[in-house]
Amino acid sequence: MNAVEIRNVSKSYKNYKLSNVSFQVPNGYITGLIGPNGAGKSTIIKSIMGMVIPDQGDISVLGQPIDSERADYKEQIGYISDENIYYDYLTLAEMKKIVAPFYSNWDEDLYLKYMDIFELPARKKIKECSKGMKTKFSIALALSHHPKLLIMDEPTAGLDPVFRRELLELLADYILDERNTILFSTHLTTDLDRVADYVTFVNRGQLVFSEAKDEVLDRYLIVKGGRELLDGDIRKEFVGLRETGVGFEGLSRDRDRVVSLFGNDVMYQTPTLEEIMYYTAKGGIKHV
Amino acid sequence: MNILLSPSSGEPIYLQIVRQVRGSILQGELTPGTPLPSIRQLAKDLQISVITTKRAYNELEQEGLIDSVVGKGSFVSGGNQEFIREQRLRLLEDKIRELLEECRNIPIDVEELVEWIRLVEKEGGHNR
Repeated sequence: MNAVEIRNVSKSYKNYKLSNVSFQVPNGYITGLIGPNGAGKSTIIKSIMGMVIPDQGDISVLGQPIDSERADYKEQIGYISDENIYYDYLTLAEMKKIVAPFYSNWDEDLYLKYMDIFELPARKKIKECSKGMKTKFSIALALSHHPKLLIMDEPTAGLDPVFRRELLELLADYILDERNTILFSTHLTTDLDRVADYVTFVNRGQLVFSEAKDEVLDRYLIVKGGRELLDGDIRKEFVGLRETGVGFEGLSRDRDRVVSLFGNDVMYQTPTLEEIMYYTAKGGIKHV
Repeated sequence: MNILLSPSSGEPIYLQIVRQVRGSILQGELTPGTPLPSIRQLAKDLQISVITTKRAYNELEQEGLIDSVVGKGSFVSGGNQEFIREQRLRLLEDKIRELLEECRNIPIDVEELVEWIRLVEKEGGHNR
């Protein structure tokens, strides 16, 4: 079963268009939604949350088609926004009092446990909190109603490396229960290189791929070699290419093909998600 | 059993797991019937994805080294002592090949090597 199903979703804005995007978020796994800033990650997430109404297409969450008139499916979702969605002039405790009653399975003990783990001061005003504290607070609220699906929009942006590691630990804890699912959007892909099961990559409003991370990393290959090996046809073999005075580095999406092409004349390396994102987003732009 | 991963080694993560669990089983550190960590627990402990861990366990299952029982988890396989012996002999063969290659590099001939092995054996053999 899929926790989220997105079919042919399109949305146009004045300067920007999300075009005919389809993908699934499989139940029980961590799916990373990656892409450069402005690729459409937030539009996709807001569409799942019913905060953006797509011009076309269908979205199902936990087996039910979403209906913008009804919000009850959100009880099952823990949502962490990349924006501050809370009232700045309230304290954390006051804000919690507003949020908690929306959830029938709100777990006050669990909430207090997270406040304690994250060392959050309940009486501090939200506007006086750092970016990191606000994110921790969002996570505490999101997890305290036992969601089946955790949706996070750039949760690690603006967080220090220590808390980023802690967050990944928390996610690993949450996904120990195979009934839980995580959808995690980020442009900091190192967070996902290890823990993500599936990766959905959007670029300029279009889907590039959506599949198991291991399959992606098996297929793509970084090639490094001398510039004398490149010519017009060879250049076309690469998704993106970086040529300098001392050699080239390129990303291929067909491992077997480039290995048969270059043999032992070049160096090969398994790409990181960041390299796949970089070369795909940049295309064939030359760096001199 | 310890499993230590090196993401930058170039060897796929799932193969690193397979190699290390296989090693523990073939060396007798993990005996038949020993339960392995659940897939999700191991993924959490190693900070890797569930799918990668599943792939490693599937591989070990195909090699006949572990058995997975639905709802109970995975265990070191018991019924396959013959296979384990064969695997160990294969590992030994790899070491012999390495040894022979080193002999060619030095070079010394095989007769000399065999004599040397006998000599080391006589002196008390193994280094443990």
